[in-house]
Amino acid sequence: MSTVVKAGPAHAAGPAHPLAHRRPLGDRGFALLALIAGLLVLAILVGIAVSTAQQSANWFGSIGLKGFFSSTWTVSANTFGPMAFVYGTVISSVIALIIAVPLSIGVSLLLTEVLPRRWARPIVYVIDLLAVVPSVVWGLWGILVLVPWLQKIYGDISSGLNGIPVLDSLFGGPNTTGASFFTAGIILAIMITPIITSLSREVIATVPAIDKEGAYALGATRWEMIRGAVWPHSQGGVVGAILIGLGRAMGETIAAALVIGDSAEVTSHLFYSGFSMPAVIALEFGEASGEFRSALIGIGLLLFVITLVINLFARAIVDRSARKMRGA
Amino acid sequence: MATSSVNAGVPDLREPAGWRRAKNQIMTGLMGLAFLIILVPLVLVIYLVIQKGSAAISLNFLTKPIPPNVFPLSYPNSGMGPAIVGTLEITGFAALMAIPLGVLGAVYINEYGGRSVLSKVISFMSDVMTGVPSVVMGLFIYTVWVLHFGYSGLAGSFALACLMLPIVIRSTFEMLRLVPDSLRQGSYALGATKSRVTLTVVIPAAVGGIVSGCLLAVARAAGETAPLLFTILTVETTNTNLFSGANTALSAQIFANATSPYAGAEARAWGAALTLIVIAFILMVVARIITARFTRYSR
Amino acid sequence: MEQRENEITAKVTVPETATGRRPGSKTGSTVFDLEKVSVYYGAFRAVTEVSMAIHENEITAFIGPSGCGKTTVLRSLNRMNDLIPGARVEGKLRYRGAGLYDVQASPTAVRRRIGMVFQKANPFPKSIYDNIAYGPRINGIRGKSRLDEIVETSLRQAALWDEVKDRLSKSGLGLSGGQAQRLCIARTLAVEPDVVLMDEPCSALDPIATGRIEDLMQEIKSKYTIVIVTHNMQQATRVSDRTAFFSVLRNEQPGRSDTRTGVLVEYDRTASIFDNPKDERTQAYVTGRVG
Repeated sequence: MSTVVKAGPAHAAGPAHPLAHRRPLGDRGFALLALIAGLLVLAILVGIAVSTAQQSANWFGSIGLKGFFSSTWTVSANTFGPMAFVYGTVISSVIALIIAVPLSIGVSLLLTEVLPRRWARPIVYVIDLLAVVPSVVWGLWGILVLVPWLQKIYGDISSGLNGIPVLDSLFGGPNTTGASFFTAGIILAIMITPIITSLSREVIATVPAIDKEGAYALGATRWEMIRGAVWPHSQGGVVGAILIGLGRAMGETIAAALVIGDSAEVTSHLFYSGFSMPAVIALEFGEASGEFRSALIGIGLLLFVITLVINLFARAIVDRSARKMRGA
Repeated sequence: MATSSVNAGVPDLREPAGWRRAKNQIMTGLMGLAFLIILVPLVLVIYLVIQKGSAAISLNFLTKPIPPNVFPLSYPNSGMGPAIVGTLEITGFAALMAIPLGVLGAVYINEYGGRSVLSKVISFMSDVMTGVPSVVMGLFIYTVWVLHFGYSGLAGSFALACLMLPIVIRSTFEMLRLVPDSLRQGSYALGATKSRVTLTVVIPAAVGGIVSGCLLAVARAAGETAPLLFTILTVETTNTNLFSGANTALSAQIFANATSPYAGAEARAWGAALTLIVIAFILMVVARIITARFTRYSR
Repeated sequence: MEQRENEITAKVTVPETATGRRPGSKTGSTVFDLEKVSVYYGAFRAVTEVSMAIHENEITAFIGPSGCGKTTVLRSLNRMNDLIPGARVEGKLRYRGAGLYDVQASPTAVRRRIGMVFQKANPFPKSIYDNIAYGPRINGIRGKSRLDEIVETSLRQAALWDEVKDRLSKSGLGLSGGQAQRLCIARTLAVEPDVVLMDEPCSALDPIATGRIEDLMQEIKSKYTIVIVTHNMQQATRVSDRTAFFSVLRNEQPGRSDTRTGVLVEYDRTASIFDNPKDERTQAYVTGRVG
């Protein structure tokens, strides 16, 4: 390997040895091993892209560009337009963000600015507990408890909104069902709140205390201090945290699969049954074969690319805001 | 408005205009409300899982084979034994692969890579990799392994290891970063090679944080379902041979039973859920204890 | 200068900016009255039984070795110690006759009148304009022309206007150390406080920037009361009217600052403190025998 890995910082090698100029084999071997481990990350990412592309080439070839943007998905007719799933993923994720973001930011401010250390710790445990519940358990609870309960509520809401222009097309309609876009949005919101909260907390905690004192010294209330001294510092990082939450919501498979329903229809009715990219892959893969299977893998590739882009963007924003904070 | 203290001899130091204080209090109240809202589903889920799950749990449950879904909970000699075995062996093997590789990867980034472009790229991409959906990892292993070698617990382990790798790298890296440079210098000054410094001084100094980070990664992997769907071909029998033949796991079983109309299957799903949560919870608590006891270097 | 004086005087009658500063009152009236004030952090007594009076339109300097409570006393004057959990104040601390730590006294109201400039300049990550406008805005002043006026006045008072008047919309973070500190001073003056507290404001600055700020202090002293903590005795002699010398209690163990309790040793006109101090500890300190 041509990696130039020295035996450590030049100035700390101790008294000069007239002996070995070459590093012992074990040392070089270790360095090599470490490098390989690091490269594994890149290898896996590339591997994902390549292997899924290969397996879905069949499908991409047959639907072409036009078919790619269609939402007609009929297995029997061998038509596999993926847009209904993209739509479902996007809608349920957006709903999840709308619910989760205010909650997460509220809790992270609560933890960093409002509560004294003693009270903050148990609340952090609660957030961790929320994060440790496996997604399949959320899904189980979702489908066995939340869905039946919401079914009735959706029915009531939709009949109440009957006829009102915009709201009716969002929340109305005769086919409301417990397993729907909105329910998926709720479950996803619960699942992404911990990560947005913990990332936001990290960002907000790096605001220097002296800036906060400066605001207080001008006679600001705590909320005014947050708006004036904390928020400008942390807004970039928080936006990044939100995007990472978005990526998580889009990729969440099992919980969404169980509560989003199973209808590959594009509709504005949020209380209707829908589908999402990861959900369709998880649910239909078992029985799929041939082009069907290829299509599902293609959807997987699409999901990979979308979440990759979002995460690249998000991490870049977080890094940039961290750098900005060290002075203009 | 505030009294003009041109007249009064003594300044009025009471609260400023009402709306400022009110706004402050409303905002603080909203933050508290946010927390309470988050608390609701957590409490509901944990309560239900404990309530319904404990009805199913018994020694039998933890050891006996999985019956067909139709069979009720009370069917003798039935349980989720194979699933528990499956979870333990698949997750265990995944950890065996992901932890050393993850630690080594973090060692590369922090100790060897320095400021090189490659190291920055690897670090950035491993962060990005934490966001890859688990279903995609499952598909990946399906295409590169299962298609050639068939379903097996091993394939499941590979998929879980891919999921765990970036998490272990990130948390290990954070811990290594906190180890003060003076420790390394001291070791070098005694004539140690870099690998020796890393293995005998740096990693031991950070071991508390590393272990706790790994435990959390394991907890996460144990609960994953999607990667397993494409790799182990959920069956109902115990398969202690990780390397060949289909297998099962708690998460996969819960998923399979969740959509079943039979009460017995549902009850078993709750039991499996409770088992899974208990495992994850224990790992989390142990991780916290280790963090509290062994990570003094970070302060 | 006269014009400014009248403007400021005229503004005192606007309710929201009432500061308690009485126009035309003679220098010499007491702004702060401390009676046996002790400050505790938890069980640790940081400073004990300080009694002193701080006078209007004067510059009072707190000097003394590290860890003897100067900053603690300073921060207790605008209740900044409230931000530290476990901090409490005993004794009587009156501000122009009003009890500073009375139950009904609100810290935000206190800090509106008693501003503070910190050791390290801490401009907000906003534009220069928004930095200055922050204080007035949270006090309800919204009109753009009014805010423009305040921004210009404050920057002029802080001797920064000419240097930044063409880049008010640029970030406050991009200023040099001395400029940033003057920005913070301007920001503090923008809310028209009564008192300006300064915690070693020049310790991070070079001599030229320091000189600028000392000139500033002399210029604004006729409108404000200033209390400054400084490690630099020459600075105290240059700018202050009165000086308070703090030290640690006798018989304290040296070298362990967490057990040292600060005490006010001597407080007098600056000339007296430095030319003929009454206490031997003061003499030892000002002549440089003990640092």
